Amino acid sequence: MSAITADLGRTGGFADTIQRFRSRHASWVPVFAAVVILVAMLIGAQAYFGNFVTPRVLSALLLDNAYLLILAVGMTFVILTGGIDLSVGAVMAFTGMLGASMLSQGMPVAVVIPVMLVLGALMGLFVGVLVQYFGVQPFIASLAAMFAARGLAFMVSLSSIRVEEPAILWLQSTRMQGGPGSFYITPTGILALVVVVVGILILQFTRFGRTIYAIGGNEQSARLMGLPVVRTKLLAYVISGVCAGLAGVVFTAYTGASYPLNGIGTELDTIAAVVIGGTLLTGGSGFVLGSMIGVFVYGTIKTAISFLGVDQSWTRITIGALLLVFVVVQRLLVARTARTSR
Amino acid sequence: MMVRMDAREAAVAPVVEVTGATVRFGAETVLDAVDFRLLPGEVHSLMGENGAGKSTLIKAITGALGPDAGTIRVGGEPVHFASPADALAAGISAVYQEIDLLPNLTVGENVLLGRESRRFGAIDWRETHRRAAEILEGLGLEIDPRTRLSGHSLAVQQLVAIARAISVDARVVILDEPTSSLDLDEVAELFRVIRELTARGVAVLFVSHFLDQVYEICDRITVLRGGRLIGEYVPAELLRIDLVEKMLGRGADEMDVHQRDDAAASVPIALAGRGLVSGAALLDATLTIGEGEVVGLAGLLGSGRSELARALTGVDRPDAGVLEVRGAPAHLPTPRRAIGQGIVYSSENRRTEGIIGDLSVQDNITLALQADRGILHRLGNARRRELAMSWIEALDIRPADPDRPAGTLSGGNQQKVLLARLLALSPRVLVLDEPTRGIDVGAKVEIQRLVADLADNGLSVLFISAELEEVLRVSNRVAVMRGGRLVDTIPAESLTVDSLLALVARPEDET
Amino acid sequence: MNPTLKRFLAHRLVWPITALLVLVIVNTIARPSFISITVQNGQLYGPLLDILRNSAPLMLVALGMTLVIATRGIDLSVGAIMAVSGAVALTYISASPAPEDLSTVLVAIALAVFVALLLGVWNGFLVAVVGVQPIIATLVLMLAGRGVALLITGGFITTITSAPYRFMAQGYLVGLPFAFYVSVIAIVIVAVLQRRTALGVLTEAVGINPEASRLAGVRSRGIIWGAYAASGLLAGFAGILYSSNIMAADANAAGLYIELDAILAVVLGGTSLMGGKFTIAGTVVGVFTIQTLKSTITFLGVPPAVSPLFLAIVVVIVVLVQSPRTRSLFAKGADAVRGGTRRTAEVAS
Repeated sequence: MSAITADLGRTGGFADTIQRFRSRHASWVPVFAAVVILVAMLIGAQAYFGNFVTPRVLSALLLDNAYLLILAVGMTFVILTGGIDLSVGAVMAFTGMLGASMLSQGMPVAVVIPVMLVLGALMGLFVGVLVQYFGVQPFIASLAAMFAARGLAFMVSLSSIRVEEPAILWLQSTRMQGGPGSFYITPTGILALVVVVVGILILQFTRFGRTIYAIGGNEQSARLMGLPVVRTKLLAYVISGVCAGLAGVVFTAYTGASYPLNGIGTELDTIAAVVIGGTLLTGGSGFVLGSMIGVFVYGTIKTAISFLGVDQSWTRITIGALLLVFVVVQRLLVARTARTSR
Repeated sequence: MMVRMDAREAAVAPVVEVTGATVRFGAETVLDAVDFRLLPGEVHSLMGENGAGKSTLIKAITGALGPDAGTIRVGGEPVHFASPADALAAGISAVYQEIDLLPNLTVGENVLLGRESRRFGAIDWRETHRRAAEILEGLGLEIDPRTRLSGHSLAVQQLVAIARAISVDARVVILDEPTSSLDLDEVAELFRVIRELTARGVAVLFVSHFLDQVYEICDRITVLRGGRLIGEYVPAELLRIDLVEKMLGRGADEMDVHQRDDAAASVPIALAGRGLVSGAALLDATLTIGEGEVVGLAGLLGSGRSELARALTGVDRPDAGVLEVRGAPAHLPTPRRAIGQGIVYSSENRRTEGIIGDLSVQDNITLALQADRGILHRLGNARRRELAMSWIEALDIRPADPDRPAGTLSGGNQQKVLLARLLALSPRVLVLDEPTRGIDVGAKVEIQRLVADLADNGLSVLFISAELEEVLRVSNRVAVMRGGRLVDTIPAESLTVDSLLALVARPEDET
Repeated sequence: MNPTLKRFLAHRLVWPITALLVLVIVNTIARPSFISITVQNGQLYGPLLDILRNSAPLMLVALGMTLVIATRGIDLSVGAIMAVSGAVALTYISASPAPEDLSTVLVAIALAVFVALLLGVWNGFLVAVVGVQPIIATLVLMLAGRGVALLITGGFITTITSAPYRFMAQGYLVGLPFAFYVSVIAIVIVAVLQRRTALGVLTEAVGINPEASRLAGVRSRGIIWGAYAASGLLAGFAGILYSSNIMAADANAAGLYIELDAILAVVLGGTSLMGGKFTIAGTVVGVFTIQTLKSTITFLGVPPAVSPLFLAIVVVIVVLVQSPRTRSLFAKGADAVRGGTRRTAEVAS
C-alpha cells in the first residue's frame, strides 16, 4: 500500500467520512444551496404572509410552472455541455401557435402533439448543426433560432388562437386530489414530473448522459477518449427543442389559447432556474433535480410577489438579481480553485 | 550518431519506429529527419531543451500532427494517423501535464468511460466501479473509484490516467513531464507503477527534465537538439555532464568569444529581487542587476529561469520575496507598473505572449510606447511611421515593410520587432527570456551585439539562454539556477563553457 | 489581375458596400419610388429619408456594440437599457410642471442618459473586474432591465406631449431629419475617439491577444470597461430617440430585438465576432443595409411582427458565409472539381 493513494485517509473517523462524502458529492453542494434557499424562502413567506405554505399554494407551484419545469430539463442538457439555448421561449410559442392552429382546423390531437414535438426537435437540430458543424457560437445560433421562431409564430397568426380541443383542456383542468389536505395535481404536472424523471435517468444511467457530462468537463479530453462528442452535442440541442415543443403543449393547455407573444423572456427565466438550481454555466456540473429546485424557487418568488400585490415585473428583477449573485459566486469559486491548484 | 545496441535489443522489434521524420511550420524546420525507436517493455527518455523538437515528435507519434516527411511504424506496420483517436486505437496512449481526464466525473468513470458495464441498457454503476477497482488494484493502487477525480491530488490523477491507458490495452504509454508537481513519495509511487507497466511489456516514453529521475528509471535515452537527433544512449554508459552537453550543445566557434569584463564592484544596482518564490517552479532566488551590467541566467529547463524573470518584471506575482528598484523597495503587480519603472520583459513565448500576429510591424513596435503614454496622447501617424522605420533600420528587420502583419515574419525578425517595442520605451532594465531561440546564426550575433551595445550605454540586461557559450559571451556575471534555486553568481571571465556546464548539470542534492 | 483592382477588392468595405448597393438597386427596380425625394416646406421626404431617420437608434446601438465586440465581448442588454432610458426621460417630463420647456427636456435627457451610462458601467464592472462571461453579465441586465423600466413607468406606457422632445425623432433641421444628425454626430465622435486617440489601436490589441497586450503594458481592464460604458451610453441616447418617435415609453417594446440587429450590422460590416480589428465605417454600412432590408420587408407587405424571421435568415447566411467550415466545404468542392487533393498544412498549436 502506498502513502499517496491513501490520501483520503485510512485512519477512519468522522472527519474521514466527511472528507469522503465531500469528495464523492462535491457537485451536489450547489444543489443543497438551492434547497436551502427554497426552504428559507418558504419559511420566510409563511412567516410574513401566514397562509403561504398551504396545499393549495404548493400545488399551484407545480401547476403554474409545469411548462418552465419541462423547459428547464431540456436547458440543463444544453448547459451541461457548456452551451446555451436562447430560443426555447420562442419555440414554445411557435409550436403552441402551430398546434392551436392545426387544432382549430380540425386535425386530431394524436397528430398535432407529435407534430409539435417534431417541430421543436427540428428547431433544436437547426441550432445544434449551426453550433457543431459550422462553429457558430451557441448564443448567436440560438438567438437566430429565437428570432426565426418568433417570426414564424406570428406568421401562423398575428393574434391569439383559442383552443377548444377537450383533450388539451383536460390536461390542465383535471385536478386529481390526493395526499393530506387538498393537494392536487394535474396531468400537466404529472407530465412535467415524468420529464424530470426521464431526464434524471438519461443523465445518470446512459452512456449518452455520461458523455454530456464528459463534454462539459473537458470537451477535448472527451474527444480524445473516443466519445461521440459531435453527435451528443447535437442531441442535447434536439432534446432542448423537444422540451420546448412539449412546453408549448403544456402552456397552451395552461392558458387555453396560444398567443404569439408567449414566452418572451422565458428563456431567461429558464436559464436562471437552471443556474440557481446549481448547474454551472461552464458545463460539466449540475443535476436535473437541481433545476427542478430552481424552478420552484422561481415559482415561489413569483407567488410571493403576487401575494405582495406589487408589480409583476419585480419577479424578473428579483430573479435577475438572484441569477447575478449565483453567477458571481460561481465565478469567484472557480477563480479560487484555479489559483489554489497551481 | 551514437546508436548503441546490445544483444537483447537487436533481437526485439521496436513497438514504435520513426524514420526520417521531418516537420515544418512555415519556413521553420522544427523536426529534421529524426529517427527514433521505442522497444517494448522499456522505459525510454526523450530529452532536449525547449525548442529541441520533443513535443513535435510526440505529436507525430500520438497522431496530433502528420509529419511532412518520414515514416512511423507501429508493431512493424507503417501507420498514418489522421487523429489522436487513430493513435489511441493503435495502442499509443499519452498522459500530459494537463491531465486529459474529466475532473467532474468519478475515478471509476474516468477509467472506464465509454466502456461502462451495462444491465438492461442502463449503466450498472456497482459493476462499473467494481471493475475499475480491479484495474486500479492491478497496478497496486488503492483509490476509491467512487470519488470525484478533481478531489484527488495531481499525482493520483496521473495514476488514474495511466490506469485508463492500461485498460484500453495500450502498448505505449507516453508520460509528458509527469513529475513536475510531485513530491518524493509520489514520484516513488509513479516509478513503481511504471515498473509494473514495463513488466507487462508496455513501453513507457518518459519525457522529463529531471536528470536524476531519468537516470533512475530509464533504460535508454534519446537526445534531440534544434530539431535534430543527437543520439540514442544507455544511461549507464553516459556521464551526466556529457548528457547535458549533448542537450545544450557547445555552439560553433565562428565568432570570437569576446567576453565582457567583470563590471566594477561598486556599480549601482538597477533591479534586485530577494528571496523570490513563485509557484512550484521558483523556490528561492536572490539576484541583483547593476546598471550597465549584463547578467546571464543559465540553467536547465525547469530550473526556474522564466519564473524568476516573470517575477522580476511584474508579469507574475511572486508568492514571497521582495523587489527593489534602484535601491528602493518596489511593488510590481502588473507589467504596466514594471514598465512605469523602466523594467521590460521579452517573453520566451514570442508567438503567443509577444508579437501580436495580426497587427502590423508598425503597430507592434509602437504598442508599448502608446500604452505607456496613455489613451489620450496618441502618437501621430507620421511619428508612428518614423519610429517604426527607424527601428526597422536600426535592428535590420526584414522585410523592411512596416505595414506587414508581424505574424508573417521569421522568428528572428519577430524577436527584433519585440525588442524594438521594448527599446522604444527607453527602459532601464531589459529582461530577455531566450531571445535567440530558433533564430539563425546571423541574427543571433546581431542580437548579442545589440545587447552589448545597450549595456555599454547604461542599460541593465538579464539574459536568459539555454546556450551556455552565448550566456558567457554576452554576460558580465552569470547566475546559475538549479532545481528552482539560484545557487551561484560568478563573473563570466572566470568561467569556461565546461565549468559552467558542470555547474548547471550538477545533481541537485550536491551543493 | 490588375494589382490595384486586387487591392481594391480586398478592401474590407468592398463587400458590405456592394451588398448595400445591390439591395438599393433591387429595391429601386421593384419600386422606382424608392429613391424619390420630395420637398415640402423646405424639408426632404422619401423612403431614403425614412431610412436615414429610422436607422438612428440602431446606428447608436451598433456603434457601441462594435466597441464591445472588438474586445471579444457582447452586450445583450442594449434593448433593456433603451427601455430604461426612455422610461426615465418620459417619467421625468410627465411629472414636471413644464413639459414643454426646453430645459425640462434637456434635464430629462441628461438624467436618462446618465442612468444608461451607469448601467453600462455596471456591465463593464462585471466583465472587466469580476470576470463574468460577457453573455451572462449582460443577459442579467437584459432580464432585469425591462422590469426596472416597467417599474419606473409604473406598469403603464407613459405618454407625453412635449414639442422639444418630439423634435428629436420627428423634427427637421436644415431639411434633413434631426435624428440623422444625431447619428452623424455619434459616428463622428466614436470615429474620432478611436482614431485620434489611442483607443482604437489599444482596443484592437486587447481584442486580438489580451495576454500579449497585458505584457506590453496595455491597461486592458480599463479599455474593456470603457467599451461597455460606451455601449450603455449610446443605448441611452437610442432610447431617447425611440421614445421620442412614439412619444411614449413602452418598456416592453422599446429596443426589442435590437441586440440582434446590432450584432448583425457589426458582422455585416466586417468586424469579426472573435474580436480584434474592427471598423466603424463597416458598421455604418451594415446599419444602413439592415434598415434598407427592413424597409424592403415592410414594402413587401410582411407584418412587422414577422420580420424577425427574415433577419434570422440573414444572420444565418452571414454566419455560414463567415464560418471556416463553409470555406473548407467549398475548398473540398473546388478540389473535387479540379480533380486533385490538396494537403492542408498542419498548424502549430
